[in-house]
Amino acid sequence: MLTFVIYKSILCVVIFAISLGVAAYSTWWERKFAAFLQDRKGPSRAGPFGLLQPLADGGKMFFKEEIIPNVSNKFLFILGPSLFLLTSMMTGVVIPWGKDVKIGSDIFSLQITDINIGILYVLGVTSIGVYGIMIGGWASNNKYSLLGAIRASSQMISYEIAMGISIIALVITAGGTLSLREIIAQQDAGLCNLVYQPLGFLIFLICAFAETNRAPFDLSECETELIGGYNTEYSAFKLGAFLFAEYINMFISSALMAGLYFGGYNFPFAHEFYNALGLQEGSAIISLIGFGVYFAKTCIFISVFMWIRWTLPRFRYDQLMNLGWRILIPLSILNLVLTVVVEYFRGNIIL
Amino acid sequence: MLGYSITQWLFGILSFLAIMFALMVVFTRNPVNSVLYLVMTFFCIAGHYLLLNAQFLAVVHIVVYAGAIMVLFLFVIMLMNLNEETEQQKTLVTKMIAGLIGGVLLAVMVGTLKGAEQMQLAQGGASQIGMVKVLGVVLFKDFLFPFEIASVLLLGAMVGAIMLGKKEIKS
Repeated sequence: MLTFVIYKSILCVVIFAISLGVAAYSTWWERKFAAFLQDRKGPSRAGPFGLLQPLADGGKMFFKEEIIPNVSNKFLFILGPSLFLLTSMMTGVVIPWGKDVKIGSDIFSLQITDINIGILYVLGVTSIGVYGIMIGGWASNNKYSLLGAIRASSQMISYEIAMGISIIALVITAGGTLSLREIIAQQDAGLCNLVYQPLGFLIFLICAFAETNRAPFDLSECETELIGGYNTEYSAFKLGAFLFAEYINMFISSALMAGLYFGGYNFPFAHEFYNALGLQEGSAIISLIGFGVYFAKTCIFISVFMWIRWTLPRFRYDQLMNLGWRILIPLSILNLVLTVVVEYFRGNIIL
Repeated sequence: MLGYSITQWLFGILSFLAIMFALMVVFTRNPVNSVLYLVMTFFCIAGHYLLLNAQFLAVVHIVVYAGAIMVLFLFVIMLMNLNEETEQQKTLVTKMIAGLIGGVLLAVMVGTLKGAEQMQLAQGGASQIGMVKVLGVVLFKDFLFPFEIASVLLLGAMVGAIMLGKKEIKS
């Protein structure tokens, strides 16, 4: 029992640290990537290749003067960014980062907790994340903030529907389990879910962009219309918390895409590879390689987020709503019907 | 711990919080705070579902009520810009009538609960009744017809809402 508690605590701290580290270095990579696409150099002064830039930015955020508008609700003003950061950190707990490690008779899983409704848990926590933006935007007592907050949350609610339906189709393909651990594990033997769910993946990808408020759907912080959007009145680390949470959300949704559709820690010919190296099932090295593979896939998706940000211009608000309600939702329902038909003929659904 | 199990402690704490937040919804002056306390109440109720081993119901409760419906409530209240200063003072008659109606509702609920049949549920820890698979089978086999009727009812409400919304634009 004691080893279990100690192990889980260490795992929590490690995953917490990795999330924060990835979020910090995503900002660096975003700038480097933007610079590459625009034929510039990007951050290059702080450390080699500008690698210390996130530390400099973070330091700046911490030491800036904190301004709280005196007409706003102080408690809610602080609660907003805290809630947003909290919920973005909470989604990470159900992601299994690698295969179980067996040491003696003890089994250590690289997942903080395996909830048997893992995907629904992620959806639930994401839907709570909306409150951070809404409370923050409202408590700022600024019309632009309120408009930004309302845009952000109506966008997140609208795209949650299409996302949910595309996940239902995925769950049918995965044999009716909602646990992330089982969904990733069952891609071990056969093909990854992308093969069965290409349309579902596309819908999920678009919805992930909208859920994380990333370009081309970053209407909540549309500078030309709203100054800074929901975070206009925020300064110092409260602004930092909002920005940071956005990068953590991006990391988690990348990890979800890599896990749900691209097999997570599995890769082609994994068993042959492990056999060639002479590794036993449950050895720590297998888990480590699996974690590396999963992490690499996640990083590729993070790069896709950035690539699209610097390629596509921002949507107009009515276009965004049209896309969500008139195209993505009917498309995801079509995908669901197609999935059921295909699975019926594959013999996975018995009427 | 004082002769109670952890589940009983959790039940007590959650019930206390749920009732406290529910009272705060009514007593707080600011409508936005009211909505936020209502969200907290929903979380406590979701906690009760978890104690009953109904994880699916708990998460759906959070996604639907806290994550969607209450956000829309919050929208409306934030846009209407209701503040403590602008809130109308109710007259004494309104307060008395509201109290009376609330009291009658309470009497009805107490009466219903008193007449309700007592039954023993399966032990929470071992019960599978709230699991997604069990729930799905029950909904789509035993209760398919009421389930579909409920969805038609919701569809009707949705169409009605859209019709009402459209009428306003034309005039």
